[in-house]
Amino acid sequence: MHLVVLWTDLLVYILVISIIGFMFWSSRHEHWRAPWRRLARSKLGMVSLMILLVYVAIGLLDSVHLQSNGRIRSAFDLLVSPLGVHHEQTYSAPFAKRLYNKKTVFLTDGQQQRIYPQLKHVNTVNIGLQVGIAAIESIAIWAIILALAMLIVARINKQTYVHTLNRVIRGQAQVPWRLLSIELFIIVFLIMLAVNLASHYHIFGTDKVGQDVFYETLKSIRTGLLIGTLATLVMLPFAIGFGITAGYFGGIIDDIVQYIYTTLSSIPAVLLIAAAVLSLQIYIANHPQVFPTVTERADIRLLALCVILGVTSWTILCRLLRGETFKLREMDYIQAAQALGTSRIKILFKHVLPNVMHIILISVVLDFSGLVLAEAVLSYVGVGVDPVTMSWGNMINAARLELAREPVVWWPLLAAFIFMFIFVLAANLLADAVRDALDPRIR
Amino acid sequence: MFNYIIRRVLYAIPILIGVNVLTFALFFMVNSPDDMARAHLGTKHITPQAVAQWKTQHGYDKPLFLNPDNTGINMFTDTLFYTKSLSLFLFDFGVSDAGRDIGHDIKQRMWPSLAIALPVLFIGLLVNITFAMLMAFFRASYIDVSGVILCVVLMSISSLFYIISGQFLIGKILRLVPISGYDTGWHAFKFVLLPVVIGIVGGIGAGSRWYRTIFLEEMGKDYVRTARAKGLAEVKVLFKHVLKNALIPILTGIVAVIPLLFLGSLILESFFGIPGLGSYTIDAIQQQDFAIVRAMVFLGTILYIMGLIMTDISYTVVDPRIRIS
Amino acid sequence: MNKYYLPHILSLSLGIMLFIAGCQNQAQNNPYRQQDKQANIRYATFTERPRTLDPARSYSSNEYTFISQIYEPPLQYHYLLRPYQLVPLTAQAVPKPIYLNKAGKQLPADPPAKDVAYSVYTIKIKPGIYYQPHPALAKDKKNHYIYHNLSSRQVRTINTLGDFTKTGSRELTAADYVYQIKRLAHPALNSPIASLMSRRIVGFKTFKQELAKAYKQLKQRQPDNPFLDLRQHPLVGVKAIDRYTYQITLKGKYPQFVYWLAMPFFAPMPWEADRFYSQPGLKQNNITFDWFPIGTGPYMLTKNNPNRQMVLAKNPNFHGEKYPSEGEAGDKAKGLLQDAGKKLPFVSKVIFLLEKESLPTWNKFLQGYYDQSAISSDSFDQAIQVDHSGKMELTPELKAKGIRLYSSVEPSIYYLGFNMLDNIVGGNSERARKLRQAIAIALDYEEFISIFLNGRGIPAQGLLPPGIFGYVPGKAGVNPYVYRWLHGRAQRKSIDEAKKLLAQAGYPNGINPKTGKPLILHYDAVITGDPNEKARFAWMRKQLAKLGIQLDVRATQYNRFQQKIRTGNTQLFSWGWHADYPDPENFLFLLYGPNSKVKHGGENHTNYYNKEYDKLFDQMKNMPNNPERAQLIQRMMAIIQRDTPLVWGYHPKLFQLSHSWNRISKPHGMANNTLKYAKLDPKLRAQLRTTWNKPVWWPVWLLIILCVVALIPVIIKYWYHEYHRK
Repeated sequence: MHLVVLWTDLLVYILVISIIGFMFWSSRHEHWRAPWRRLARSKLGMVSLMILLVYVAIGLLDSVHLQSNGRIRSAFDLLVSPLGVHHEQTYSAPFAKRLYNKKTVFLTDGQQQRIYPQLKHVNTVNIGLQVGIAAIESIAIWAIILALAMLIVARINKQTYVHTLNRVIRGQAQVPWRLLSIELFIIVFLIMLAVNLASHYHIFGTDKVGQDVFYETLKSIRTGLLIGTLATLVMLPFAIGFGITAGYFGGIIDDIVQYIYTTLSSIPAVLLIAAAVLSLQIYIANHPQVFPTVTERADIRLLALCVILGVTSWTILCRLLRGETFKLREMDYIQAAQALGTSRIKILFKHVLPNVMHIILISVVLDFSGLVLAEAVLSYVGVGVDPVTMSWGNMINAARLELAREPVVWWPLLAAFIFMFIFVLAANLLADAVRDALDPRIR
Repeated sequence: MFNYIIRRVLYAIPILIGVNVLTFALFFMVNSPDDMARAHLGTKHITPQAVAQWKTQHGYDKPLFLNPDNTGINMFTDTLFYTKSLSLFLFDFGVSDAGRDIGHDIKQRMWPSLAIALPVLFIGLLVNITFAMLMAFFRASYIDVSGVILCVVLMSISSLFYIISGQFLIGKILRLVPISGYDTGWHAFKFVLLPVVIGIVGGIGAGSRWYRTIFLEEMGKDYVRTARAKGLAEVKVLFKHVLKNALIPILTGIVAVIPLLFLGSLILESFFGIPGLGSYTIDAIQQQDFAIVRAMVFLGTILYIMGLIMTDISYTVVDPRIRIS
Repeated sequence: MNKYYLPHILSLSLGIMLFIAGCQNQAQNNPYRQQDKQANIRYATFTERPRTLDPARSYSSNEYTFISQIYEPPLQYHYLLRPYQLVPLTAQAVPKPIYLNKAGKQLPADPPAKDVAYSVYTIKIKPGIYYQPHPALAKDKKNHYIYHNLSSRQVRTINTLGDFTKTGSRELTAADYVYQIKRLAHPALNSPIASLMSRRIVGFKTFKQELAKAYKQLKQRQPDNPFLDLRQHPLVGVKAIDRYTYQITLKGKYPQFVYWLAMPFFAPMPWEADRFYSQPGLKQNNITFDWFPIGTGPYMLTKNNPNRQMVLAKNPNFHGEKYPSEGEAGDKAKGLLQDAGKKLPFVSKVIFLLEKESLPTWNKFLQGYYDQSAISSDSFDQAIQVDHSGKMELTPELKAKGIRLYSSVEPSIYYLGFNMLDNIVGGNSERARKLRQAIAIALDYEEFISIFLNGRGIPAQGLLPPGIFGYVPGKAGVNPYVYRWLHGRAQRKSIDEAKKLLAQAGYPNGINPKTGKPLILHYDAVITGDPNEKARFAWMRKQLAKLGIQLDVRATQYNRFQQKIRTGNTQLFSWGWHADYPDPENFLFLLYGPNSKVKHGGENHTNYYNKEYDKLFDQMKNMPNNPERAQLIQRMMAIIQRDTPLVWGYHPKLFQLSHSWNRISKPHGMANNTLKYAKLDPKLRAQLRTTWNKPVWWPVWLLIILCVVALIPVIIKYWYHEYHRK
């Protein structure tokens, strides 16, 4: 067994490192610490941040890939195994004990019978008991986490442990710790519940080929996260580079940049994405030796989708930055820096970039949820992620046929909807909180 | 003013050329003319001769951008790119690779698209402004807060889900409207109803929240405070001053998208079987009909640029202080 | 809000409520117009817009749905009799070929193939058959064609064929059939069977070249849509003898040719129509053969909007074919002969609506807005149950609606091919054969059929589907390399046996001894955009994983997939074949060596080559259906079953659901022109539609009440606000 680094994994690692770096950097600058403090006090913001962190944790676990016996599996797969390998034959409803479809079986005397076959990987257990066990387990885990967290908070705030706890319980702390601890309990409870039940049942049922839907939705988290983050990661260099140079230098550079983004933004995005994804597919078809496994192939398609989504979405931010830089250029301190003979590159990096940083950050968090939603639509058009990749878009797309069945197969759509909705909602709420924190003028 | 428009129109030409080059490059990266020929000739008994013949007939037997067999200007003119683009600029969309006249199809499919897009835009605008005004009026109260949260919740639901569940619930379970289809004239009403409602509901979240910010920004301005200080009722302030002034950014924003309405909605149309331009584009991508794809991209670009110009003009109309030079 | 508006708003909303309440008992979801409620109209769907309705070019079943009702080739399949049998349509009789030797001397009946140099088919058509009313045939008082020389001003006012005010008709002649066969060689049409006919019809090849030359010259003179008058160019092998007789001369013996005479390729085409459509400018308005057919059949296309709907209406000039009066045993009891001898067609109008998504199609069928379910995918899934004897029947819910189920096995096969040129899975070595056999056992098509087709198919034992001569049912027909006959049924061999074969092939547990890693095989598939695709690929991988083999799915666009097949750049691939005609030759040629894809561009996609098989094929292909032929086919089957050049997939079953207001019908695997036999009871339909589609309004009221309730805190807040200000 050895580690495999896929292209998207690599970018995820880079992303994580740069986020940590940015947090470290901004914690050392007072004018950045203030907005973060504002964010930490926002209830909705912190609650959604916590939800997002759970998603991110799953996504990160799913981004560590290990290879053994020629099969690539992620750390997440190993953690939740055998969830991913316990296949049934076809559809089964949540918590069902039998398949959703009747099947013809042959009895020993050659007689045929039509029955709902027993599921292979389901053990009948007392659900109430399992809930109880989960509750006890989660209280224990919750207490431990909470105690540790309070200890850290007390150390940071240089207060006594009892004092901190007192303030948190009374809800007097500036950071909404009380709310967060309640939320933490709910999350821990849900996780423990899932852990306890998923090993006995298919808690969200199974899909057409008998794959566990719960596993599928969890695996889709990584896809959603990647599309939301990597696309912005790809677009940032373009948007920032083109935007501030055009705004700062003006003239011919400005004309060229304007021409590029007007041209790009006037092509319908779907067409651009379709063409790019299709041409990548052809490249893969012609060079199979470059991407020898299905996983790698699906991975490169996911990456390509991120890249092309980035290419189609950089124009808006670019336009914003160009305008903002235009205004900044006339500011006194930049005029002064120019008069002092500071080099232009230095002005761009030292004065312009830090002053447009909040715009960049706001637009990144605002774009995030839109990109996650776009993935579903693209899957419907047929130019989304690889059909092999598990994603909410692919699940919703499949639901078109499932809803047309009699009786209706509703659980894959519901599972995808719930997980995607919570994810996007949390992202949107956090984005709002970040914007309020960074740009208090709007409100 | 007139000069300005002329200049903007001229400025559109290099953009159109750029778009054209890009679509050509992208499309032929994906499709060789041989592929297209085979796709259109069907499945059984296709001979290489038939493929060659199809290419000659449809003019796909020339090199893409540069013809090395010719000299001088013909090196550029005797190519696929030149011959296929020139007619576009004359608004002659030509014949689709499947043999139908594209201009004719576009003219026909434009109306169903508009039948959906126009009500979605205007009724949606009305609904969104109403909600936004309510939230702005009760700003910072629990009505406002719960309104904003509701908006975010609505925004967080995938548009596909609105469509799938809307069709399932209203069409199938409640049987209030036909599940899909289209008819001409006033008979279109019952078919258009559900997609329009879904389109509006899907847009409420983002729209109301955006308009709310505009209203709030306007309400923070000095003249509003003055008016209030003079003892004007809050409702009057809101309707007489705030709404009037906030409508300027809202309307000029809408002017930019009006031309694009012609292109229709990609997903709504194909889900509800409405024969508009949106489903036309999707079909063309799936069937790899390059002629249609190119025509639609060209049309889209022109409409986009038209939208930009119209926005600029509308700025001068609503605010005479702005002068275009 | 101003209080003066209040009464207005109140009265308006009251009005709307009353209006809605008034419609309560009507079906709100009727997608058709009110006035058509009781009309004798059949509603059907089409999923993809047809590429062309030109009988010389069209070659797919979704186009045949339309043109088979409009164009009439000389022969057709009998509606009720099985096995499929040719009967005359416009011809007076099914032609019997006369065989000639090289010297042109007539040979006695049924001579050996090697003696035959030419076969001559003489076809006599019935007099008194008239074309549908069509502007191309409209004449003025002086007997001149009115619309053959349109001015460009006239053309501009024409948007559809209906814009021509005058129409005309004329009698069908043998020359029209000749004209159409000549059109197959037209250089601008690219008829898919042109190359096939070049090999068969005497003089066709040279004729094709001549036409190409003539067309090129013509095109220089008149570049826009020129008219190439095919009457001026003689074709040696096809000629009209008199007004009602024409003759086709073929090279050698080709007994399957009569089946071609039942396909739209050989339908009649009046030269006037070609002349009419070849006028400059009409093409710009989409007025071409591709969209506006002209035929003698029971229906004519009156509305053509491939973006939305196609309408077929009764052809007023139809020659009055009668409903068949003989059928298979049992047909009478079923009521299939009720209308024997009555004039066709029964339905006065057929409206085809474009439906791309399966959800609306299926639901509209259940609501009664489509008369038959045209869904081929898995949507009717649980609609069907199987009773104790294994017979399929409907679920109680559907039975309660009076829906009928028809099923028949289609003359097609879907299979997984091995590229026999590949050096791992292909070739004639014992190793490769064992590998292929192991894979054939591992791919559990019974499971595939139950998951993806919901039992709507039967696993194939060889190339031939049931209903085709040479198919052997039961124990004798079972493929011994994959199945074992146990307890009176074929049972797939166990996976252990497959593993054993795999080990013998040199891949124990699927491990490639050369690399020490699992064997990786490539599977090429087509991207169709079908949401089931992903599940299908996952299923395929699962099957081979049972052997320890890793399957690498390479999905591409259809045309690229074709390219790969053509160059032989594949290992495993999926393919299907639907019979052109019900003869074993049309299936067995799929593995005929000289028909291989890579070398000869034929339809043998696996590039299978076996000398003995080819020899037997040559012998078998020209024989009549007799025991000797059946025996040859058995020997060929044994060879290919052993070699396993393909995993014999399945033969799909056609399941059709039909509402109670339709007269009972019989599915037909070959014929497409069965619309004329359909009959329905519009009164019953209108009644059932109303009862099935009672709208449910209460959620709407609930929603309105909820909205009003939600407004209450707003209003309270407003009062509070106003009160505090003062």
